[in-house]
Amino acid sequence: MRLRSRRRGSTLVAVWFALLFAGGAAVVGATVIGDDGAARRARTAGLVEALALSDPALFTEARYTRNPSLADLASAFQDGPASLDHFPTGSLVVAPRRFPGGRLEASEN
Amino acid sequence: MRAAFERRRHLLDFAVRSLARRPTRNLGLILVYGLVVFLVGSVMLWGSAVRREASAILAGGPEITAQAMVMGRHDLTVDADVALLKGLRGVRRVEPRLWGYLWDSAGAANYTLMVPSTAATDLAVAKGEAIVGEGVARARRLAPGKMLFLVSPSGRFLKTRVKAVLPAESALVSADLVLVEESDFRAFFELPDGVWTDVALTVANPSEVGTISGKAALKLPHHRFVTRADMSRSAEALFSWREGLTLALLAGALVAFAILAFDRASGLSAEERREIGILKAIGWETGDVIASKLFEGALISLTAFLLGVLAAWVHVFLFSAGLFEPVLKGWATLYPRFPLSPRIDALEIATLGMLTVVPFMAAILVPVWRTASADPDAVMR
Repeated sequence: MRLRSRRRGSTLVAVWFALLFAGGAAVVGATVIGDDGAARRARTAGLVEALALSDPALFTEARYTRNPSLADLASAFQDGPASLDHFPTGSLVVAPRRFPGGRLEASEN
Repeated sequence: MRAAFERRRHLLDFAVRSLARRPTRNLGLILVYGLVVFLVGSVMLWGSAVRREASAILAGGPEITAQAMVMGRHDLTVDADVALLKGLRGVRRVEPRLWGYLWDSAGAANYTLMVPSTAATDLAVAKGEAIVGEGVARARRLAPGKMLFLVSPSGRFLKTRVKAVLPAESALVSADLVLVEESDFRAFFELPDGVWTDVALTVANPSEVGTISGKAALKLPHHRFVTRADMSRSAEALFSWREGLTLALLAGALVAFAILAFDRASGLSAEERREIGILKAIGWETGDVIASKLFEGALISLTAFLLGVLAAWVHVFLFSAGLFEPVLKGWATLYPRFPLSPRIDALEIATLGMLTVVPFMAAILVPVWRTASADPDAVMR
């Protein structure tokens, strides 16, 4: 009787993890078997090509978050050079890395 | 072999019963631990799924986009610049684009007004017609045949009839689009003929994109040339871990986790120390005590980790990361509803495990080892 009660713990653990792993396996299965969306993505890519779209329409609140790849570096500071980013999603996109730049040089005379 | 297995099994039984003696504390621990895994896991899964989706979709975008610049800001391109670009060798198609933003103060939403390319015959709109994206249709309750009225900031009025709604499956790139005819667009924004927002270039040989954009930059030095690679870099940098909110969330979750692990590592409770002392006094070996306590930690860790990852997967792929929507929307009212293809990246799951399970197990091992290797009499006192 005592031995049985001792073993109940590990049996419970085995059942519990079997259930959790079954959940995980179901998720992996759904991922592998489920539609990988290739056809849907191809149709959307067709629309992107037809309209020559450049960026996802995820964040529509400001122009530099709507079209980050076409934004200029100054757009985040359009209200003033020292103003802080007003838009929350401004922190989820990066500023364009390659922006045509001039140069500032200084010399003694 | 069998004896060793039985020994481990009895240790596991002991660990389970030891956990069951403090149900509230351990359930609370699993809940907090699971919540941290859920939060970090949701950000990871959602970010990578959106990046993958955006990169695949935007692969159809223009190879080069030419944008006029003046004083560090975007300017309009004129016909003469378009003609110069058409003269470039290796360029297959030059498509001047007309698009702009319209802030709708009534709906508190930003729309992108655009003139569809003449080559896109299925998206052709006649004067007085409009094709709208899924987000616009949802926000303004539009359907084909309904009227859409647009008022420009200067008071210009444009009356259109909705010809079609763009498919919802493309919402990730088209949710805020309103496609109108060229003369309607120019009249609405009071734009003269011969000027364009920017120019999309298609090149004959994709490997020459760099050379062509270099040549184009020499011909049009006041233009900026954004290549498709730049665009996909922008898409890939979405939710980069270095970015503000993502970093704040990850840092918050990791600090919470560090406090949790530190609480475990800073020492065992008097009750736990006494328990270890008694076990040693009745003849348990140090290795057995450590194994039993590690079993306890592993049970908590694995349960919380698996529950957290499963919940994150369900949250992201079945509920479209609904909990993040207020953050992702920002001040905007339009937010695309788009399907995401579920995928599991083993490396991401392993990273998540390394960030959470490993420090937790390490935090258990040190105090238990210290207590278990001490003299039982001293521990129990």
